[in-house]
Amino acid sequence: MRTPAPHPPHRVVAVLGRALAAALLLGTAACGAAGSPPARGPQPGKLPHYAVDTSFSLPSSPTWKSARERGKLIVGVKEDQPGMGEKNPATGTFTGFDVEIAKMMAASLGFAPGRQIEYKAIASANRETALQNGQIDYYVGTYTINEGRKKLVGFAGPYYIAGQRLLVRKDEKRLRGPQDMAGRKICSAVGSTPLQRIQSDYPRAEAVAYDSYAICVDNLLNNQVDAVTTDDTILLGYAAKDPGALKVVGKAFSKEPYGIGVPRQDRALARALDEAITAREKDGDWKRAYQVTLGLSGRPAPKPPRVDPALTR
Amino acid sequence: MDVLTQNFSLYGEGFWGTVKLTVYSSLLALGVGVVMAGFRVAPVRALRVVGTAWVTVLRNTPLTLLFFAMLLGLPRFGVALPFELFAVLALGCYTSAFICEAVRSGINTVPVGQGEAARSLGMTFGQTLGAVVLPQAFRSVIAPIGSTLIALTKNSAIAGSFSVVELLSTYKTLSENGYSVIWSFVWIAVGYLILTLTISALFHAMERRWGVAR
Repeated sequence: MRTPAPHPPHRVVAVLGRALAAALLLGTAACGAAGSPPARGPQPGKLPHYAVDTSFSLPSSPTWKSARERGKLIVGVKEDQPGMGEKNPATGTFTGFDVEIAKMMAASLGFAPGRQIEYKAIASANRETALQNGQIDYYVGTYTINEGRKKLVGFAGPYYIAGQRLLVRKDEKRLRGPQDMAGRKICSAVGSTPLQRIQSDYPRAEAVAYDSYAICVDNLLNNQVDAVTTDDTILLGYAAKDPGALKVVGKAFSKEPYGIGVPRQDRALARALDEAITAREKDGDWKRAYQVTLGLSGRPAPKPPRVDPALTR
Repeated sequence: MDVLTQNFSLYGEGFWGTVKLTVYSSLLALGVGVVMAGFRVAPVRALRVVGTAWVTVLRNTPLTLLFFAMLLGLPRFGVALPFELFAVLALGCYTSAFICEAVRSGINTVPVGQGEAARSLGMTFGQTLGAVVLPQAFRSVIAPIGSTLIALTKNSAIAGSFSVVELLSTYKTLSENGYSVIWSFVWIAVGYLILTLTISALFHAMERRWGVAR
């Protein structure tokens, strides 16, 4: 073998490096054009304040008692759902409709939303475990009440009725619902109920599954998929962030009653939360919370659902 | 046990997906890895540079990043391939860097005299590598290549996040449908064990048959 001359390999590496840098620049330019418009969403300054019920006491609830001794509530939320529960990576603050519900519930339980809540981001797959192990006091995060979950955790609510719908590009004219998706690509989260529903009820649609809806939305903006589907609350959150490029279409084709997850045996806490939900719906706090979060998508506030007393019996 | 019996087809699909990913990616990784090892010891400088760049980039990049680059980056340049193909490319190219280095270390165990003898008989570089050096190198790299392929099997779980059916992501469906996370994971672990122990046994047998006794 010959001894290599000192320079040429470096030159090749430099050229490769330049090509790579150019490719990266192109990539980010494409992002700027389509993927990441100026951030919109709930503005921290405009969020409503909730009156704290300082005289509240619930000694019959073990969860409430230990939270009182601790001096704060530990609340489970989502961190990746704009409009519902989203964590700002720069400031670490959580915003969204679910977060507002969590705050008003804390206020009704006698805890100051500003100082006495510790948020814990818990992904869907870990919700039941977190409640069973007492890692969180209650969970507010697009948590659909269903039979399987009722065996594992307790529920208060429902505080909102969501439904599965489609998120499409603004210029889309033909797609109105899942029946129009034959041969088209539709994206949702791996293993989620919305994905399973599309696969079983609309097998002619081509299902694509990623870990997060953010990747689905990115693919939608880049024409890799034709629609994103899940609960309309999550879709409205994305539409509210980028109203110039995205819209939610069609009628809801499922019914998802959202509840507040509580430890299964703590009926007293679930009942107290039920009362708090009803009170907040009556005094307008519920509607105010909707308007500063999901309402930004342009969809007017629906009528709040009635809490289901059968859940806490 | 209920989790397995009630969701046998889901587990089966996932298991089969992981098997396919492992087999196709392994073949790609072995092919590309051996070629790149050849490049790295080639007498042509350009080939050595390509081999070194390949290993440097792929061995030092997180696999997840590679998946993101392939699945989100390439479509922006108009390259749209099926998800399974993307996954096999990402996994295969990534692992090929490790195979390349294992094979190269094997080549270094072959005494220099072997190559010199081959060349003095008038063999070309290709003949020297293919007929004299690689067959001897292969005998000493069976164990490290086995480990690399076992790592590949487990790495294939990342593909589940990118629209590819594989074993690990079945837990997401099961958890959503209300099954206990712990038992879902136990059966997934058993699935991976079946695969990795098969690979171990295969490579153990190969080592017994061809390995160098020192």
